[in-house]
Amino acid sequence: MSTNGTALLDVREISKYFGSVIALKDVSMTCEAGQVTCLLGDNGAGKSTLIKTLSGVYRPDEGEYLFDGRPREFASPRDALELGIATVYQDLAMIPLLSIWRNFFLGSEPTKGWGPFRRYDVRFAKDTTRQELAKMGIDIRDPEQPVGTLSGGERQSVAIARAVYFGAKVLILDEPTAALGVKQAGVVLRYIVQARQRGVGVIFITHNPHHAYPVGDHHVILRRGRVYGDYSKEELGLDRLVQMMAGGEELENLAHELERAAGKASGEAGDDLARAAEALEREAKDPGA
Amino acid sequence: MAAETIPPAAAPADERVREKSTLSKVLSRPEVGALAGVVIVWVLFAIVASRHNFISWATTASILNRAAPLGILAVAVALLMIAGEFDLSVGSIIGFSGMVIMVLVTPTTGGGFGWTLWPAVGISLLFALTTGLFNGAIVIATKLPSFIVTLGTLFAFRGVSIAVTRLLTDRTQLGQLDIVAGYGLAQKIFASNLNLFGSQFNVAILWWFVLTALATWVLLRTRAGNWIFGTGGAVDAARNVGVPTRRVKIALFMTTAFAAWLVAVIQVVQFTGADTLRGTGQEFQAIIAAVVGGCLLTGGYGSAIGASLGALIFALVQQGIVITGVEGDWFQVFIGGILLGAVIFNNFIRTRAALR
Ligand SMILES: Nc1ncnc2c1ncn2[C@@H]1O[C@H](COP(=O)(O)OP(=O)(O)O)[C@@H](O)[C@H]1O
Ligand SMILES: [Mg+2]
Repeated sequence: MSTNGTALLDVREISKYFGSVIALKDVSMTCEAGQVTCLLGDNGAGKSTLIKTLSGVYRPDEGEYLFDGRPREFASPRDALELGIATVYQDLAMIPLLSIWRNFFLGSEPTKGWGPFRRYDVRFAKDTTRQELAKMGIDIRDPEQPVGTLSGGERQSVAIARAVYFGAKVLILDEPTAALGVKQAGVVLRYIVQARQRGVGVIFITHNPHHAYPVGDHHVILRRGRVYGDYSKEELGLDRLVQMMAGGEELENLAHELERAAGKASGEAGDDLARAAEALEREAKDPGA
Repeated sequence: MAAETIPPAAAPADERVREKSTLSKVLSRPEVGALAGVVIVWVLFAIVASRHNFISWATTASILNRAAPLGILAVAVALLMIAGEFDLSVGSIIGFSGMVIMVLVTPTTGGGFGWTLWPAVGISLLFALTTGLFNGAIVIATKLPSFIVTLGTLFAFRGVSIAVTRLLTDRTQLGQLDIVAGYGLAQKIFASNLNLFGSQFNVAILWWFVLTALATWVLLRTRAGNWIFGTGGAVDAARNVGVPTRRVKIALFMTTAFAAWLVAVIQVVQFTGADTLRGTGQEFQAIIAAVVGGCLLTGGYGSAIGASLGALIFALVQQGIVITGVEGDWFQVFIGGILLGAVIFNNFIRTRAALR
């Protein structure tokens, strides 16, 4: 599926170490223009480390990074941004004390004027911020408001709107729907689809299979810093995806453990544990429920 | 008032926001505490020292003349503090830059190099910028707090200036700059007086105002300003969205060194000589001025105008004490009290303004 034609973004056998911690080992993945690659895995699997490597925050210790078919080495995220790779980081990369519009354009400020008189185009920045956020259904009260005073979901929306605005070639989203309400999460999914239609390559990290499955063209599953599988949408039904993400076997094991615990405990506490175990078992076997 | 609350036609007002009054907008500026401080201290001395002609052009000139060198320093220190770093070595860089000039122009018979003034000024600027680069490079390479790094260079630069000067000239004070070629022009640019309202205003005041205006413009209206706030507000986040945070920090360490150099040149020309101890303690005064002016010690917030007002408070207190004939020992008590008062006030205003 992804072998015909050169991929827009292509990493091969990438490894990343933090001292003795092996965060990524021999990870290969691709992202094609006009496709959505979902990146899935447990907490600590290395998803954020991988996308930070893709965005130029970290340099891979081993392996090759190709963009547009050419090998690249990014000295900083600025290099990646200049190629049109924009990222919504898990921690959002926002400056709490700075206003919304200053945050939106931080690092990519529009300027006007010439030579020593080149200055920040404040009006353009404020208007664009307001427009882009309005498109997301976020009606900001005051673009001067410090980002630190926004709610978690609003902050996430600002970060997403910013990445969508600057991600001309590749859009990377690290758990962008985590703090969002149903409506805004829907908007984000629609954004992902729109970006794909514009020919942007999207890398989408989420814990929610119901978010990943409908938009993902292929699903890369990371486990303990390695690629556990790379499945196209056709190979993988929603049920299986849900089960894999929930870690089917592990859930079952947990259910058995709880059952045993329930057997030892007595009275009400025991009943509660037994009920929890039953529920887990149901979920492990029938992920659709 | 009624006219002001009509919402602009293009953007309908959001029902979730109470119209921020102009007052609370003003109150949310970082420099408002320092402005209040200036007014309070001035009024205080105007009353206490009314017999001593506190409200006069002559006194105003003396106050501004005192404030100018500290103001120049404080503005640069404020920029660096907003970017989240400290420079404690500026006081030493003042002494160091002054001695570089004086050693270069001192005749060879006196152990110097016998240069004319302007090449010496140029070389001392290079030296100063190098010290700034050195500070910045160490902070970035070691990732140590700049407070510690520049505390080290504070002593190192001072020690080097004293040791080298003594080695070459056998002295720690050098003078007679006024007989060196090039002094006339330098005197006009750095140390002349403007006679206004019958009082002598140092041209340094002009330098101070221009630098304050420039710094304010850079902070609020250029991309570099955005980068400075971002770097100090959350350095990793800023880097992740493409701000060259290291370049920002190095440039600002060089800016504080530049400001120290400018103060050194102004004072060397004014006093026609230099002392290896010149600038001692100025680093703390500059930081105090910046903090009184609304800079957060943690970075990411502050203003150049605020820092200038902080420097003005210093000068007001100094001049007020001189005029009223109060024992000079009280100066430090005063300054300490103002620092605490201003920080408490700034904190109070900031939390209030954010909630409004
Ligand atoms: N800067 C770092 N220093 C040391 N260890 C790190 C660092 N960043 C991540 N790790 C480790 O790497 C592993 C993967 O982390 P991460 O990529 O954040 O996982 P995920 O995003 O999939 O939850 C974790 O075990 C984490 O503790
Ligand atoms: Mg993560």
